[in-house]
Amino acid sequence: MAKRIDVKDLDIYYGDFKAVEGVTMTVEPRSVTAFIGPSGCGKSTVLRTLNRMHEVIPGGRVEGSVMLDDQDLYASSMDPVAVRRTVGMVFQRPNPFPTMSIRDNVAAGLRLNGVKKKSVLDEVVEQSLRGANLWTEVKDRLDKPGAGLSGGQQQRLCIARAIAVNPQVLLMDEPCSALDPISTLAIEDLINDLKSEYTIVIVTHNMQQAARVSDQTAFFNLKATGEPGRLVEIGETQRIFSNPTEKATEDYISGRFG
Amino acid sequence: MSSAQVDHAAAPPAAGVPTPSAFGEKSGGRAVKDVTARVVMWLAFGIAVVPLVWILGSTLVKGGHMLVDSVWWTNSQSGITSRRVGGGAVHAIQGTLIQAAVTAAMSVPVGVLTAVYLVEYGRGRLARTVSFMVDILTGIPSIVAGLFIYALWVTTLGFQRVAFAVTLALAMLMIPTIVRSTEEMLKLVPNELREASYALGVPKWKTIMKIVVPTAFSGIVTGVLLGLARVMGETAPLIILGPYTKVIATDLFDGLMATLPTMINQDRTEALQPALDRVWGASLTLILLVFMLNLLGRFVGRFSKVKG
Ligand SMILES: Nc1ncnc2c1ncn2[C@@H]1O[C@H](COP(=O)(O)OP(=O)(O)O)[C@@H](O)[C@H]1O
Ligand SMILES: [Mg+2]
Repeated sequence: MAKRIDVKDLDIYYGDFKAVEGVTMTVEPRSVTAFIGPSGCGKSTVLRTLNRMHEVIPGGRVEGSVMLDDQDLYASSMDPVAVRRTVGMVFQRPNPFPTMSIRDNVAAGLRLNGVKKKSVLDEVVEQSLRGANLWTEVKDRLDKPGAGLSGGQQQRLCIARAIAVNPQVLLMDEPCSALDPISTLAIEDLINDLKSEYTIVIVTHNMQQAARVSDQTAFFNLKATGEPGRLVEIGETQRIFSNPTEKATEDYISGRFG
Repeated sequence: MSSAQVDHAAAPPAAGVPTPSAFGEKSGGRAVKDVTARVVMWLAFGIAVVPLVWILGSTLVKGGHMLVDSVWWTNSQSGITSRRVGGGAVHAIQGTLIQAAVTAAMSVPVGVLTAVYLVEYGRGRLARTVSFMVDILTGIPSIVAGLFIYALWVTTLGFQRVAFAVTLALAMLMIPTIVRSTEEMLKLVPNELREASYALGVPKWKTIMKIVVPTAFSGIVTGVLLGLARVMGETAPLIILGPYTKVIATDLFDGLMATLPTMINQDRTEALQPALDRVWGASLTLILLVFMLNLLGRFVGRFSKVKG
């Protein structure tokens, strides 16, 4: 059920400030695409346009098109709320709902969208937690607060929460940047598992991580400070890391940046 | 460096004793400033606390014996004159509680929803106007609120002075405090939680109802209770709109209803001891009620999900 993403000539604005310019890319279904690049070049901004979270920010708007299979996400008939149900998101800092138990956190998406039947919810909770490799760790304390878990567990809880609504695409914005190496590995393993069912786009600052988990890598950069960010190069991860076309990509990857 | 100095440095520095250090001794001028600042702060603290303790102490001493008598909690002042001992305050306690409850029932929805609008939706002119109005309302003296409702309720609409009119005036005073305290609590809810909810495909209004408000809930309740405590001691609108009566009355729309502040005000000028005792008793009762609300507010605040 995973879907393909087609981005074409995308310009992204914060009010009058053009943050990103001219992004064109394709993300294949059931693949992992990594966004790399220096801070502030617009990786998060681009990611957030893929589920219309960008417009949540006052003044946030886009020009250009984002297609999910054959549906235009920015068509006027498209409901952004429905888009977000199809394209899930995991954030940089784990953000479980503090008022909710582990179980309720995972069930939140369904519950808040009107699913009430306990048997259905319990089933989804177990499946999603298993899917997020968290089930065995929490199955005996589902009614404890989600905020009581460790950082890595919280992030996997957030992933479970995101996949519980059965999205087609999963966006992750530096999901491991607040985690220790062991938890990071756990998340990376999880991404490898999830790949068989979802289209995944992940922002990462960690080159090795990009190399380990992704099939395709996109390098973003700023031409100069104050200029909008742009997509410098996108391609198969192996090629980007071994034989990039652009000089800027090579400099960034080899650590000879700026 | 001598060994004595080393020992001294290793010991935990005693309060107020300047520790010698590698940075050199405190200069004389700074030491003087330090002592002066300390003295001024303690003085200010003393000036603030002394009257407080004094009020509490004398109210307890002069009114305490009234509250120990069970009659105080069961009887009204019906048929009891200033020179006679006896009767209770139940009519006033009831009136204060009823009016507080009705005021809260009107103020909480309006105040909380206004705050939700301002924090979650408010952009542009309308929001700025609403926020400005709330600021103005916050500054309205209670007697003006009382007069305003009097002009509306009695002069313009031609109704009698009844308890409901009192609660209208009190609501005018309570709404802005609820708006402000609720706003503060809603602003403390991290934006990440809203985004997490949107990212699950939850619409905005549902995110507010099910995620934002519950997260801020105990803080909102604390604000409401503290606002209520303040409004319960309000006297000016009561003098204008709700004169004292000695009998138990529970009808909001018919007749007068006694309250603790008006009971205090009623006998305040009396010279006879039984009346004075009642004034102190009623004062202590009011302080206790407000104190209990404050305590409850703090207790609920303990469970706050967002830490300020
Ligand atoms: N909420 C916002 N309002 C205005 N400008 C923003 C906002 N978020 C990000 N930006 C700007 O957009 C640009 C790209 O930011 P971002 O996408 O966060 O970069 P990255 O994720 O690659 O570090 C930066 O110049 C940043 O200042
Ligand atoms: Mg970012």
